[in-house]
Amino acid sequence: MDAPTFAVTDGPLLQLTGLQSDHMGPVDLSLAPGELLLIAGPSGAGKSLLLRAIADLDPLRGQVWLDNQLRETILPALWRRQVGYLPAEPVWWADTVDAHFTGVQDDWLEQLGFQSDVRQWEVERLSSGERQRLALARMLGNGPRVLLLDEATANLDPDNTLRMESLVRGYMTERQAGAIWVSHDHEQRQRLGGRLLMMELGRLAEPALESRA
Amino acid sequence: MEVIHLSPWDLSIAALLVMALALLTSRVGMGLSKGLLVAATRTVIQLLLIGLVLTTLFEHAALHWVALMALIMLLVAGREVMARQARRFRGWWGYGIGTLAMFTSAFTATILALTVIISPAPWWEPQYAIPLLGMLLGNTMTGIALGLDRLTTTAWQQRRMIEGRLILGQTWSESIQDIRRDAARSGLMPIINAMAAAGIVSLPGMMTGQILAGTPPMEAVKYQILVMFLITAGTGFGTLGAIWLGARRLFDERERLRLDRLA
Repeated sequence: MDAPTFAVTDGPLLQLTGLQSDHMGPVDLSLAPGELLLIAGPSGAGKSLLLRAIADLDPLRGQVWLDNQLRETILPALWRRQVGYLPAEPVWWADTVDAHFTGVQDDWLEQLGFQSDVRQWEVERLSSGERQRLALARMLGNGPRVLLLDEATANLDPDNTLRMESLVRGYMTERQAGAIWVSHDHEQRQRLGGRLLMMELGRLAEPALESRA
Repeated sequence: MEVIHLSPWDLSIAALLVMALALLTSRVGMGLSKGLLVAATRTVIQLLLIGLVLTTLFEHAALHWVALMALIMLLVAGREVMARQARRFRGWWGYGIGTLAMFTSAFTATILALTVIISPAPWWEPQYAIPLLGMLLGNTMTGIALGLDRLTTTAWQQRRMIEGRLILGQTWSESIQDIRRDAARSGLMPIINAMAAAGIVSLPGMMTGQILAGTPPMEAVKYQILVMFLITAGTGFGTLGAIWLGARRLFDERERLRLDRLA
């Protein structure tokens, strides 16, 4: 794990206590500024449910704190900007790429392998891989403190996978942002480094088989 | 000018036409004849009953009887709105949203027309109040049913899009605004089309009825314009209100999309 160069607050960046639904949890978790947490586990174990729950998309029992601030004290739209969730298949609704962007930096687009004219591209013409990469830039435009990445590089070729990984790592270092990355890819987890937890039957546990990176 | 009275024999001739149609559809095996005959029978029975009710109501004109009649009409219309929803809201909301929207819009428009515009004495004179309310409720009901149905089915189909907008920090209202606009359009289209076609493509039923009953055409036209405008306002405000309430109900206090609130 990267040691944070400076601490934004003394406490954890993100904290979950007793987060629970009928199909998941209870989950207790704490994420430090700049920390990357990897989650692996069989499909259907509740990994996506956990990320959705942190982004406040499903009603759940338990508490979520960001910078020691209880989630319910922050407006929902504001919360979801600070806790950015990137689903495996991001959705685009307007005609052009740019209509979805606020605060997206050109150097992010470059790092992802695009020219800045990508902003004028029509969404209809984007390949699924392009949609996936651009969705990362779109989410970072909100300036999230915590990134929730759900199989963010699934279906990408190796070059583009590396591009996304390095942008996420760069953003985390620059902003002291934390990230929870759900990944099935053993090699990706080795490359990224960070704490690994396994999710099984809705519960988080220390890995038994895979050694820590 | 006196109305020419219809005898049972006159109606039988028209009924024979319907029976001939039923016979034809059954011969070619379209499977429509039974539905056709049942509907025709219902028309006769229901209209005769309402004729009796209105006759009695006109003879014993009293505010509480008119109010009771209006309440029954509202409740039946509310049920009809709910029955037309492919995905209705669970619990009382399924009935409540449409009924509340119809009550506020159709009743307000009717009472405004009765007290300020037409001003019969007394203002709740059943000969004016009941037909007016009937026309307003009937049209408002259609608009609200169409609008709500479009809202909930589209939200159901586009759940990923709505959540995709929520996770990027849009408010509940922003995330569903396109769908709300579509729903409002489909609720208001019938009355807009009816106004545009009135007098050219179609002679509106109320006007036609008044002319048949001997009203001078210009008087009938003025009533028709009044009723069209009332219907437009009633349908418009009612549909927008129902769509707003319905859209709000699709999200909870943390602005999560709650499709589990639909049946």
